[in-house]
Amino acid sequence: MTLLSLNNMKTDIGQYAVLHGVTLDIPEGGVFVLLGRNGAGKTTTLRSIMGLWNPTPGSVTFRGADITGLHTADIARKGIAYVPENMGIFGGLTVEENLILATDKGRFDQPRLKRIYALFPALEQFWTKQAWSLSGGQKQMLAVARAIIEPRALILIDEPTKGLAPSIVAAMAEAFREISQSATILLVEQNFHFAKSIGRDMAVIDDGLVAHAGPMADFAADTELQERLLSLSA
Amino acid sequence: MSASLSKPSFGDIAVKSTVLLIAALLCFAPFLFQDVRALEVAARICVFIVLVASYDLLIGYTGIVSFAHTMFFGFGAYGAAILLRQMGPGWDAVILGGLAGVLVSLVVATAIGLLSLRVKAIFFAMITLAAASVALVLASQLSHFTGGEDGITYRAPDLFKPAFKLMVDEDGKVLRLFGVKMNGKLAAYYFVFVTCLLLFFVMLRLVGSPLGTVLKAIRENEARAEAIGYRVVAYRTFVFCLSAAIASLAGTVYAVWLKYTGPDTALSFAIMIDILLMVVIGGMGTMWGAVIGAVLMVIAQYYLRDLMGVAAEATAGIPLLPELLNPDRWLFWLGIIFILLVYFFPKGIVGTITQKGARG
Repeated sequence: MTLLSLNNMKTDIGQYAVLHGVTLDIPEGGVFVLLGRNGAGKTTTLRSIMGLWNPTPGSVTFRGADITGLHTADIARKGIAYVPENMGIFGGLTVEENLILATDKGRFDQPRLKRIYALFPALEQFWTKQAWSLSGGQKQMLAVARAIIEPRALILIDEPTKGLAPSIVAAMAEAFREISQSATILLVEQNFHFAKSIGRDMAVIDDGLVAHAGPMADFAADTELQERLLSLSA
Repeated sequence: MSASLSKPSFGDIAVKSTVLLIAALLCFAPFLFQDVRALEVAARICVFIVLVASYDLLIGYTGIVSFAHTMFFGFGAYGAAILLRQMGPGWDAVILGGLAGVLVSLVVATAIGLLSLRVKAIFFAMITLAAASVALVLASQLSHFTGGEDGITYRAPDLFKPAFKLMVDEDGKVLRLFGVKMNGKLAAYYFVFVTCLLLFFVMLRLVGSPLGTVLKAIRENEARAEAIGYRVVAYRTFVFCLSAAIASLAGTVYAVWLKYTGPDTALSFAIMIDILLMVVIGGMGTMWGAVIGAVLMVIAQYYLRDLMGVAAEATAGIPLLPELLNPDRWLFWLGIIFILLVYFFPKGIVGTITQKGARG
């Protein structure tokens, strides 16, 4: 079943046309990975879904409802969480405050909070610390935790492994596998080995268009296609 | 719920102890400082704590730079002043005047907020500056309402008249407690103190609530706040209105205390500059900063001249120093003190002490 549909989505940033007509269906459940070279339009796709850039023309349909042109805050309230590339945490607020901001009623659902502690024990340890004082990996954990502090149908995550130590990347992969049991993750990732370890489906964005889409297992097996679309060698 | 709750730092304890001491001094001010001028200073401190704290809701907690805060203060002051003159010295005039001030403030703040909080901070600041200038000109021009440049003099409710006896002794004379007359002047001071305390607690409660966290998030990054579901313009407009309403109530209280309202006491840009200095000196984004900033600034405004007079006399035999310490140069020294405070306390007194105390 399709959770999110992008239909001929074209986005301009200033005078530059970045997306030239992205059409893509994201199925419900699992991790869907957007791959592509730098500047291909992956981040712009996520930002256009969130309403941070307005796609014109084109449409975004979430759970069957057209969300094109809605205010970013309203899109978020519909159950879409966004973890941007720079993590998007509030450095001047504590870990607790960062998380409570993303709750619907200003208080925590205790079982959910315990699940977050289990996924990211460092957050419990640094609960009252200001977020700027966390390490890069801990900040990323906080950003992901904020996206799942309430039940969300879709979580958009932009390059979560960038600059992280291998041990943290492995922990992230484990966390994403668990999160994807109850929510759909649309992941933008440059690290192909990480992407193929957790992705169920994938698409390659190239020059603002979808160059390829399909199951991750098939793409991972086709080294010639990887070489052509991502300039990856086997 | 959590995990590790951190202990309050030395800086936190130092700041909160100082604020508690100030609160105690203000509470017992009529008994501790038994002269008219000291009571005047204490009342002004109470009003300015509220005024500065309400401005800090904007600049410190939400990152909104406004120059219209004295305009809202003026609405409240003129609301009470005009009705006290028209209706006579009754509580109905105070309450209706206060409500009218709040209502006008809310309407103007909503209009400014919705029309201009979408624009960049600098344009918003300019719009508020223009609105404040218009209000100042109107107060001067509409002299049949506002008294023009001369302002309005009126009587406060009977309870606040110095001749009013709150308590009497066996001879029917006004009772003295620890040497202080239990009269209307005392009642007026406690009206100012209690109202300001209540308004301050409302703001303290607000910044400690989830709404306060949202405001801080908006100050830090609007786009991020929107991406997690908060309509930034709505929140900014709300806090702008709330801050305007509180400033307006502070204006009403000050008008009742002074029994005079004019452009210099309620609308001038000098007050706006004072508020800005108090926020910066005390520390932005902390209610305690408003308390310490207001206390230091008001005391400096009232007593620096006296202190310099004493210092000039004491150094009479030394060349140049008496000239430098001449009381007429008090603004120069106030400027020097301000520069030193900003240099040594870059995050304001509270911000810097809290930060250094936390490291220690």
